[in-house]
Amino acid sequence: MADKVKNIDVLFNPLSKNNPVVVQVLGICSVLAVTAKLEPAIVMGVSVIAVLAFANVIISLLRNTIPTNIRIIVQLVVVAGLVVIVDQVLKAYAYDASKQLSVFIGLIITNCILMGRLEAFAMGNKPWPSFLDGIGNGAGYAVILVIVGFFRELLGSGTLLGYQVIPESFYEAGYVNNGLMILPPMALIVVACIIWVQRSINKDLQED
Amino acid sequence: MENFNIFIRSIFVDNMIFAYFLGMCSFIAVSKNVKTAFGLGIAVTFMLVVTLPVNYLLQTYVLSAGALQWLGPEFADVDLSFLSLIMFIAVIASMTQLVEMAVEKYSPALYSSLGIFLPLIAVNCAILGGSLFMQQRDFPSVWTAVCAGGGWGLGWLLAITAIAAIRERLAEYSNIPKPLRGVGITFILTALMGIAFMSFLGIKI
Repeated sequence: MADKVKNIDVLFNPLSKNNPVVVQVLGICSVLAVTAKLEPAIVMGVSVIAVLAFANVIISLLRNTIPTNIRIIVQLVVVAGLVVIVDQVLKAYAYDASKQLSVFIGLIITNCILMGRLEAFAMGNKPWPSFLDGIGNGAGYAVILVIVGFFRELLGSGTLLGYQVIPESFYEAGYVNNGLMILPPMALIVVACIIWVQRSINKDLQED
Repeated sequence: MENFNIFIRSIFVDNMIFAYFLGMCSFIAVSKNVKTAFGLGIAVTFMLVVTLPVNYLLQTYVLSAGALQWLGPEFADVDLSFLSLIMFIAVIASMTQLVEMAVEKYSPALYSSLGIFLPLIAVNCAILGGSLFMQQRDFPSVWTAVCAGGGWGLGWLLAITAIAAIRERLAEYSNIPKPLRGVGITFILTALMGIAFMSFLGIKI
């Protein structure tokens, strides 16, 4: 019973209290670069969930046989292998999305969330909790990606997933899309706002 | 001259932090004081200058389509580019290890001041990002790769040193809303500096 509760924690904590992006500050690079539109943000989120879950399982299975000195190289190779698979799958089935994401799929390898979770969790836990941890952290990352992508696409181009959301009558009444939201620096401000909101709610996360 | 242009462009226009937002994780985590930030910047610059040409040579003579032609005509249509990610990251990881050992041997003082940051460089997105951009843009020669690497590295160094200096002052003198302290305000600062750096976008050299 106690074990079950722990697994649930492992799965759901990263979504809010222990979010990899806004609390642990890992994997920021891609959050900023791919979120100008909602669709690539979702694709990226799903890719990271897949890579993180399976990398966690593989490393967790190998954890007793990896020599400590070369563990970073081993981890990188495992992750790189998985990322190549994801990259090829995207090129085959979602070519447009993979074009939009360009180098950022490759950069999943150096996404600090992966190294962080592999080091901190998979090296010391059994495969099943590691799998859940991978899913949880991947989802925590994807949630932030989707929130940022949602606001940037809605305010920046007035569309969601490519469909016009803000009605024509608004534009006729003088509403203008905020072009600044498309530019990368605004992603930082949106993330900062998420951090602000979240830390106002969870007071124990505040720094002094 | 061409290479010099690329060098300058890589520092300002294509700045790793403010234009591409690569290497943000260590950028946020290590920018609390100027000294360590500067050390990390130097290390990143060095790694970019070393790994970019190595990966360029790998790319042109081993990985890209038809690159293996020098082995003989029967290799002319071999395309290994799907391996490039794994090869690049392997080069970067082993280079990091090598540099770490070399620094430890010849300059223990620098080693102890850089300490934990050296191994972390292997997972700095700016380094792998540099190699991937190199692959995308088809640089004409190895010197271009060296110049671009140096430029990106210096740009990164510039960015992290500047932000560390601002954060040092900020921690002393300003009254920031509590939930924004630390990470939050750094994000906003970086965003503002990014907007400032966008003014370089129109510059043609």
